[in-house]
Amino acid sequence: MQLVSIIAFVLVFSAAVALFVINIRKIIRNINLGKDQTINDNKPARWRQMFLVAMGQSKMVARPIPAFFHLIIYVGFVLINIEVLEILVDGFTGSHRIFMNVLNFDGFPLYNIAIAFFEVLAVLVLIACVVFLYRRYILKVPRLAHKDLDGWPRKDATNILAAEIVLMFALLVMNAADHTMQTAGFTFPISTPLYNAIFHGMTEGAMHTVVLVAWWLHLIGILAYLNYLPFSKHFHIVLAFPNVWYAKLTPKGQFTNMESVTNEVKAMLDPSFTPPPLAEGEIPKFGAKDVNDLSWKNLLDAYSCTECGRCTSECPANQTGKLLSPRRIMMATRDRMEDVGKSLDAKGPGLADGKSLLYDYITPEELWACTSCNACVQACPVNIDPLNIIVELRRSMVMEDSKMPDSLALALTNIENNGAPWQFSPADRLNWAQEN
Amino acid sequence: MSNAELLKVTTMANAIAEGRQPEYLFWVGCAGSFDDRAKKVTKALVKILNFAGIDFAVLGTEESCNGDPAKRAGNEFLFQMMAMQNIGTLNAYGVKKIVTACPHCFNTLKNEYPALGGEYEVIHHTQLLQSLLDTGKITIEGGEFKGKRITYHDPCYLGRGNDIYEAPREVIQKLEVELVEMKRSRAKGFCCGAGGAQMFKEAEPGNREVNVERAEEALGQNPNVIAVGCPFCNTMMTDGVKHFEKEGEVKVLDVAEMIAQANDL
Repeated sequence: MQLVSIIAFVLVFSAAVALFVINIRKIIRNINLGKDQTINDNKPARWRQMFLVAMGQSKMVARPIPAFFHLIIYVGFVLINIEVLEILVDGFTGSHRIFMNVLNFDGFPLYNIAIAFFEVLAVLVLIACVVFLYRRYILKVPRLAHKDLDGWPRKDATNILAAEIVLMFALLVMNAADHTMQTAGFTFPISTPLYNAIFHGMTEGAMHTVVLVAWWLHLIGILAYLNYLPFSKHFHIVLAFPNVWYAKLTPKGQFTNMESVTNEVKAMLDPSFTPPPLAEGEIPKFGAKDVNDLSWKNLLDAYSCTECGRCTSECPANQTGKLLSPRRIMMATRDRMEDVGKSLDAKGPGLADGKSLLYDYITPEELWACTSCNACVQACPVNIDPLNIIVELRRSMVMEDSKMPDSLALALTNIENNGAPWQFSPADRLNWAQEN
Repeated sequence: MSNAELLKVTTMANAIAEGRQPEYLFWVGCAGSFDDRAKKVTKALVKILNFAGIDFAVLGTEESCNGDPAKRAGNEFLFQMMAMQNIGTLNAYGVKKIVTACPHCFNTLKNEYPALGGEYEVIHHTQLLQSLLDTGKITIEGGEFKGKRITYHDPCYLGRGNDIYEAPREVIQKLEVELVEMKRSRAKGFCCGAGGAQMFKEAEPGNREVNVERAEEALGQNPNVIAVGCPFCNTMMTDGVKHFEKEGEVKVLDVAEMIAQANDL
């Protein structure tokens, strides 16, 4: 019987891990659709940024209420996973609560204290999940009730919260129905009252069945959760860390310099300058029309987005009713990558499917609504940079397709012809000094 | 000092011809040169610089658009052409320090010119004002703003763009005013609506203008003055205040104008 259980466990566990690896590789493949970009400068600052922003959640505190409940779920997730480690060891060895005897010292029941602590955390996580459902569906916090999330994204968010609730219940029931644990003389804060209320008086055999069901439910729940991640916005629990590490360190106002343009401009201004030769078959392309024109970091940004909408709720364009939503820029970028990836999986045309990120997924009206104010970048708790994608797409519209609003085209023509966005003569530039 | 002395401006070309190397280049910018409202800020700053005895010059007709609107609009070619032309001029004059009253010029010159061969120490005029006040080169004694209610609107390219939040506030505080903060200020400051080349195009369809939203928020603080540090914010906030027909009661002033006025310059 024990052997059957171990074999069942090993099979389920291996299948889950294998499936997870397959799907992670697809995501890595999709992110690698992006252009190369070397990011390894100033490592101490990058580690500091990661510890502060990703681990320390320093940007979450801007909104204290969700920050508090998010912190509970985050800490709960990290710490309760220590108990999951025991579940895995038990599964592999056929043991039962292998750490119980090891860690319960005479006079100091460390194991019991840890479990008691996890139970309290589990209840707090449950409360946090309920609060989040309340904020989403009853309070209807604008950024969470936003039309960006209509359809799958909202279901996705609900699935995650529901799964966490089920997992926490399974964990508590598993403890409450554990006869050995409950009869050893230690009072657990949550599971002991539960045991007294429900399981006390039940036969040991029946209780054993409950434990077994709860154990498997928790285990399968966790493995299902793991395999749900690559398809979900919830993948941020993994990618937040690398994403923050690789995030921009230069001032937010500084936009990237396009070296390909520098070479052409130098050649234009100085006839003796010879631009470095292009690689064979390379056609110079300016800005981004599709995901493969963006850098891999832009694409990592898209997979790191958990669709919280802090960016959109601070975006001046969005808050005044314009079509632009920085969150949707990230979601559209991910959608495009996923569509291209699915096409590649089916041996389809991939990027050559006649569509592109610019125009088919993100419209010029959205892009032209941006004031480049960096509110979205500032608001993002995991340092996603929607502005960089917006600018790359603008570059493609303007430099590849010569498309821009007429009034703007006029201003740029003025800059080119008379060195100012308005039609003034450069000779009059110092006239103000003579005016009184 | 007479008004003429206070408004005295030399060009770099003249200074170099006279064998002088001015300490600062005052980068006036397109708005500061051509926009009637912004020209007043330019002159206010010139008066302060002369009053404080700062050795400065301007490029005059040799200055060109720094390229910010072109870069934000996505025309990197035009941006780099403007940048390299300006860098050529600046380097030819051996410019080391630049002060400007425009956060867009400030950001571009400071952050985006180095990659193209233009490395300067660039400061925003509110930073220079702060150091002039700190070092006692200018002092303020009970100017006209004393006790007035002031709210300061953060320019995106100075605030979030370059993390400069305190210099303008410290300068305003020196006026012994009651500085009141809007709910969305500093890193959470709400844009005036002009950045990213929006100044030079019609707004996209929406349910209100960005500057109207921001002006409403500023007016909600019941200020006597809405202080700004950017010529485009100045235009947008002025228009926003007019939208609510409050231009009679609430002034929109650049920090430099406030300092100049407080000193009766």
